[in-house]
Amino acid sequence: MEVTKMKAHEIHEMLKKGDIGVRELTEVFLDRIEKIDDKIKAYITVNREKALEQADRVDAGIRKEENTDVLAGIPMALKDNICTKDINTTCSSKMLHNYKPPYNATVVEKLEEKGAVMLGKLNLDEFAMGSSTENSWFFTTRNPWDLERVPGGSSGGSAAAVAAGEAVYSLGSDTGGSIRQPAAFCGVVGLKPTYGRVSRNGLVAFASSLDQIGPITKDVKDCALVFQAITGFDPKDTTSVNTPVPDYEKILDDNIKGLRIGIPKEYFREGISSEVKDRIREAIDVLERLGAICEETSLPHTEYALPAYYIISTAEAGSNLARFDGVRYGYRNMDAEDLISMYSTTRSEGFGPEVKRRIILGTYALSSGNYDTYYLKALKVRTLIKQDFDRAWEEFDVLVTPTTPTTAFKMGEKTKDPVSMYVSDLLTVPANMAGIPAITVPCGLIDGLPVGMQIMAKPFAEDVLLKTAYAYECHRGFEITAPELEVN
Amino acid sequence: MMEYEAVIGLEVHAELKTKSKIFCSCSTEFGADPNTQVCPICLGHPGTLPVLNKRVVDFAIKAALALNCDIAEYTKFDRKNYFYPDLPKGYQTSQYDFPIAENGYLTIKINGKEKRIGITRLHMEEDAGKLIHSGDDIARADYSLVDFNRAGVPLIEIVSEPDIRTPEEARVYLEQLKAILQYTEVSDCKMQEGSLRCDANVSVRPKGSSKFGTKTELKNMNSFKALQKALEYEINRQIEQLEKGIPIVQETRTWNEQKGITEAMRSKEEAHDYRYFPEPDMVSLAIDREWVEEIRKSLPELPVERKNRLIRDYGLPEYDAEVITSSKALADFYDECVDIYDNPKEISNWVMGELLRLLNANNMEVEDSPIKPKDLVGLLELQKKGTISGKIAKQVFDEMFETGKDAETIVKEKNLVQISDVGELEKIIDKVMEANPKSVEDYRSGKERALKFLVGQVMKETKGKANPQLVNEIFKKKL
Amino acid sequence: MPLTREEVEQVAMVARLELSEEEAENYTQELNSILQYVDKLHELDLKNVEPMVHVLTINNVFREDKVGEGLSRDAALDNAPRKEDGQFIVPKIV
Repeated sequence: MEVTKMKAHEIHEMLKKGDIGVRELTEVFLDRIEKIDDKIKAYITVNREKALEQADRVDAGIRKEENTDVLAGIPMALKDNICTKDINTTCSSKMLHNYKPPYNATVVEKLEEKGAVMLGKLNLDEFAMGSSTENSWFFTTRNPWDLERVPGGSSGGSAAAVAAGEAVYSLGSDTGGSIRQPAAFCGVVGLKPTYGRVSRNGLVAFASSLDQIGPITKDVKDCALVFQAITGFDPKDTTSVNTPVPDYEKILDDNIKGLRIGIPKEYFREGISSEVKDRIREAIDVLERLGAICEETSLPHTEYALPAYYIISTAEAGSNLARFDGVRYGYRNMDAEDLISMYSTTRSEGFGPEVKRRIILGTYALSSGNYDTYYLKALKVRTLIKQDFDRAWEEFDVLVTPTTPTTAFKMGEKTKDPVSMYVSDLLTVPANMAGIPAITVPCGLIDGLPVGMQIMAKPFAEDVLLKTAYAYECHRGFEITAPELEVN
Repeated sequence: MMEYEAVIGLEVHAELKTKSKIFCSCSTEFGADPNTQVCPICLGHPGTLPVLNKRVVDFAIKAALALNCDIAEYTKFDRKNYFYPDLPKGYQTSQYDFPIAENGYLTIKINGKEKRIGITRLHMEEDAGKLIHSGDDIARADYSLVDFNRAGVPLIEIVSEPDIRTPEEARVYLEQLKAILQYTEVSDCKMQEGSLRCDANVSVRPKGSSKFGTKTELKNMNSFKALQKALEYEINRQIEQLEKGIPIVQETRTWNEQKGITEAMRSKEEAHDYRYFPEPDMVSLAIDREWVEEIRKSLPELPVERKNRLIRDYGLPEYDAEVITSSKALADFYDECVDIYDNPKEISNWVMGELLRLLNANNMEVEDSPIKPKDLVGLLELQKKGTISGKIAKQVFDEMFETGKDAETIVKEKNLVQISDVGELEKIIDKVMEANPKSVEDYRSGKERALKFLVGQVMKETKGKANPQLVNEIFKKKL
Repeated sequence: MPLTREEVEQVAMVARLELSEEEAENYTQELNSILQYVDKLHELDLKNVEPMVHVLTINNVFREDKVGEGLSRDAALDNAPRKEDGQFIVPKIV
């Protein structure tokens, strides 16, 4: 099998046996990127030289058996809102098109230490705001399953790169579904960890109380391995949590007998495609056959999650994006003669339309007079959503839902109507609001396009999530791999 | 004319004396080259997060306890959103609806009368960077420079109740507040370096009225004197306006030291809407009572207690005790002297007289004094032993201040030892009597004053080194 | 429409965004349709519900007061669009 189709744990075995070297492996991926990425358009920056340098270093380490980590030498890529020292980190924005961070994100440090080889930086919706990568200042990434369709977003580049074999795995970030929705659209596995599980240090903030970094991988085992590598308390992020990190790989087995699974009916209402519902029900059947106990349940405030999310996330974003003022880094309008016009021209030209729309909404929601009407209300709704979940955990170990209401949509289909675009996050947003972990696993196809099943668990129960997803993946009875691209 | 009274509240910002900044590990030291004490966090780089310095909280609690505040059990940080080039993140991380401390007070004393000034709240926040305007220099024209060394230096803001009625009360309040912050060692409070800053809210109303008038906010008062003068000016301005029937406009005004007036700052911009909201990058704080009690135990003696002790234990006049305890460094200096030289009043005379005179003349802080307590005591001992005269002692003190040498060295080098040898003195006295027969005559015929003149001549002859007591005695014998 | 174009322009100004005619028009329409959607929140009786600022219940996470290494001055200014004498240049503040 071609290495570009293989999983990290499989490649690790090859590296260990010496069947392939890290440099060779890295070159295979760099060549593939060169060959197909003008079709997929996942990469904003390809990190060729530094990747090869790192590959040589890791090769030496593996030969001397100094580095036996399962991720050593595995080529991967990062969403371009994760800071990499001296390597462009653009957030797909004109505002940061030339920004070279003076530091590495904590997740980058952690992976580098393990010997990961970073191939490059991946496209996203500008500042992670969007569900299709159509809001990127650079270009729109294509869905490897159908180049006319979007890969989802905002981590569209991260999902497409993995699905198209342009990286073994990638990291994305998830504020309202930005890992899970594109992973579902591209037929790969995506995990949004519990809020606080993974350090946010070095993740360019969209909405600080919702953002989490997580892995996008080809299978659940890889997901567990990468998650293991990036998780843990970080003294640089005081919202990361100091709790023991279990060995996720060890707990992976397919025994889920007696697992209590809740099926929240609000996630199967109108607006969710009936074929999507069918695929999820089939997946639930698989879980039941494995001995899980499935039962319908209710999370009554689900429909309020999305409107509350749009207030909280934009309020925080408006403030988080205030630092882009043209003074210390990034784009600046050089012609402005006074301070106010430097600010307003720099920001008006540096940000794209969706980012501006959300900054305005967020600024409005926090303005005096609106604080109580919108922001405070949204925080209260957040409490209700959390309480819904808390009640569910009394009865269930996990909740199973569709990840997205539909499969990947066509480019341009939703760009005219922001609300219709926002609704594609309907099923993923509640997990961010409650801070709970959620994973998406491919569970079938509709008209040749992948469908994702979402599994949610209580805070810090990633082990249960991974185990459930793993059991399902082992027994679903099919492989899901994006069709090979025709390359001339 | 109607009688008016002013209603004044002060907002004081004090930089805390921590080693590192509030949210990152950059140094807080004053005076470094621009942008040499910065990192991605205090420069507001994307993706960076604040990590709270524990000592900031300790210091805030300490200051709050010294100001008789209630310490919150739950407190959190909020973002205050506004754009300014010295504010790296586009918001200041501050505290809004749950400050760390509230409900305190401070007692001031004016003309012997005590008055309690309420303290509404005390909260923690970060300082901004510094803008250097290339304004006066036309050649370098139209831009400003930004230095972020100060960005992220921890501050406490202390907001008083509108309990202050006169500019003098305001000045005394600020002096007292400064003393307390220095005593608790949470801040240097150097106004000239900007580590203590003060804004004032001021309005006037007919005396006896309980309603508040429209207030203005005064900024840019960089000394105690400036505060008092700015308030005096602003109160008069407001009264004159009201007398003319012109309503007061609520606005921010800045004190123009050169012109001695307050001026309205441009107000064309939209009214500030800071859009405060809870800082999502930080977790909240729970301050348990043990923590508070631990800090309470570590509180040093505060100015009022110390003043009372000096009066009680050393019998100092209240005025002396007040002057000495107005600054912790001065009071420490004094106590150290008294510990090794048992004449509290003599020391207070020297400290309040010679020492403060020279420090003020040289614009120096007590900490920087070249004369240390042991040096002063050394001088006093020489005088007490009769090695030098009182007059010479003052001369030696000046010399010590200037050269940093100790008293004994100076006395030796300059040969200032007092002449107490009777034989030697008699020779000089004989010479003086011979040269001034008229005065000798005068004294003998009963003119007491003539003796003073003769003694003076001896002192002149000996360049002040003659032991005046002995000279007197010898004269009386001879005459 | 609950939100007028003038209001939208004013809010944009607070956020230091300058809108073209067309943008102001579009944003006004879009924001109104978003707000209409968000107004769903008003259906709920939230009187006795506590706001949730943070999903985390942890508190008191500190660092010790120690000076660490920062950036060199060159590194600090590396990304600056305009700089001079080790400082960042901004238009004159009147």
